[in-house]
Amino acid sequence: MNVLMFYLFSGIILIFSLLSITTRRILRAAVYLLFVLVATSGLYFMLKYQFMAAVQLTLYAGGIVVLIIFSILLTHHITHRFKHPNLTKLLMGIGATTVGIGLVITTILSHSFKAGTAPELPVDMTVIGNQLLSTGKNGYILPFELISILLLAAMIAAIVIAKKENNKNSEI
Amino acid sequence: MSSNLYDFSTLTGSIHAALSGMMSSGWVVFTELVLIGLLFLLFYALLGLFLVYLERKVCAIIQNRVGPNRVGKWGLLQTIADLIKLLLKELIPIRKADPILFNLAPFIVILASFMAMAALPFAKGLQAVDFNIGVFYVMAVSSLGVVGILLAGWSSNSKYSLIGAIRSGAQIVSYELSVGLSILAIVVFSGTMQLSGIVESQADGWWLFKGHIPALIAFVIFLIASTAEINRGPFDLAEAESELTAGFHTEYSGIKFAFFFLAEYINMFIVAAIGATVFLGGWMPFHIGNWEGFNHIMNYIPSIVWFFLKTFFIVYLIMWFKWTFPRLRIDQLLTLEWKYLLPISLVNIVFIAFIVLMGWHF
Repeated sequence: MNVLMFYLFSGIILIFSLLSITTRRILRAAVYLLFVLVATSGLYFMLKYQFMAAVQLTLYAGGIVVLIIFSILLTHHITHRFKHPNLTKLLMGIGATTVGIGLVITTILSHSFKAGTAPELPVDMTVIGNQLLSTGKNGYILPFELISILLLAAMIAAIVIAKKENNKNSEI
Repeated sequence: MSSNLYDFSTLTGSIHAALSGMMSSGWVVFTELVLIGLLFLLFYALLGLFLVYLERKVCAIIQNRVGPNRVGKWGLLQTIADLIKLLLKELIPIRKADPILFNLAPFIVILASFMAMAALPFAKGLQAVDFNIGVFYVMAVSSLGVVGILLAGWSSNSKYSLIGAIRSGAQIVSYELSVGLSILAIVVFSGTMQLSGIVESQADGWWLFKGHIPALIAFVIFLIASTAEINRGPFDLAEAESELTAGFHTEYSGIKFAFFFLAEYINMFIVAAIGATVFLGGWMPFHIGNWEGFNHIMNYIPSIVWFFLKTFFIVYLIMWFKWTFPRLRIDQLLTLEWKYLLPISLVNIVFIAFIVLMGWHF
């Protein structure tokens, strides 16, 4: 059952990531991205790390994707289509992707995965809360504060990406 | 304390044992998934029908009318007749719309409410999944519904829909904060996010009464903000009939329209159920501190009855709002949230943290 679910979720993630970068309609790309993020949270649920899964759902699916969709709503018309990228951009993109994939695959293949033997720890909310705001050893206060900057960056990025350009297809 | 309450886990446990006797463990899991899925589907459909009927009756009483009274006894079958009518209606495809997103949108809205419902504790031991972050999970999942509304508005390629969707998006995104903070107030009191844990923590009194005035403030903010979050009157300017025809679902017809309609009513139920669970003790009977005799008598009313009584009380309150208050303008709506509700709930939560720190609550 678990293996089946894992392949289901990974399949969804792979297919919709590809779709989201190949579609020419901007809102469809955002929706495919939403599917990818929801499937990722499904993976977290499979790992029984429900806190992480819920954070994934609220922050990414409910927060960032909604922000992206919202700014698309305000700035793009439904008839808008992305132009196909020109050849140099396409080649450069493919080159960068190949390097990235190569790096990831070599790292995965060279790493020997061992099944953990440590007992399963209960993921209690109080433990997570204390750890998040602790300044001591293994405390997460600095990353916690950095995340708020990340959220701000995401908001600004969404506006920049969805900013209207002068296109002739638009009816408005 | 609530020892003489019927525990539904004995029933589900015996079903599980019976199934395990018949087949291998993998198939047991599969059969249980199918069974629970079917149960939820049935419950979802029946609840939707009943809530629509209830809304029409409550509206009729408030407006001094009789309401549906022709089909069946007291008009009880009226909504079933409506459902058959909706099922038979033509699905009108929209030219120049985005067909994939247009058809996907109602399903996202339905899915979000379906997922939120899975975590509700209906009675003692009757809960499909009991996450240790239950409240957070419900908040997270129900925030997905807004995506469906935004998609519906945009993909219809209609001005009414787009305006409705944008209004609805602004509204839900901002009121989500107040809902979250008011629920967080009780999470601070009970010290857990697990829904069953929150219910158990109210065995000697509901948080509404145990938490002094801050809990009352949180409850009022929760009622206002959640009414706004489910796009119901007086906050229904996303589908304001008099100005936007029907807002984001203007272009939908037949069963696709019914999906939006159904999801709206189920969301109302979910919000009411969360409110009842968090503030009014969920399935926990009305207990007062150490009055053993009184508590014992209260335990004779089954937990599932308590849950539905409290939930439908809040549902009635939300319906009452709709038929009492006039619709807000968008600027009034955003002012109410950002200038009043949010600051109040932020101060409130600090105050509650102080109360819990000093141990002043019961």
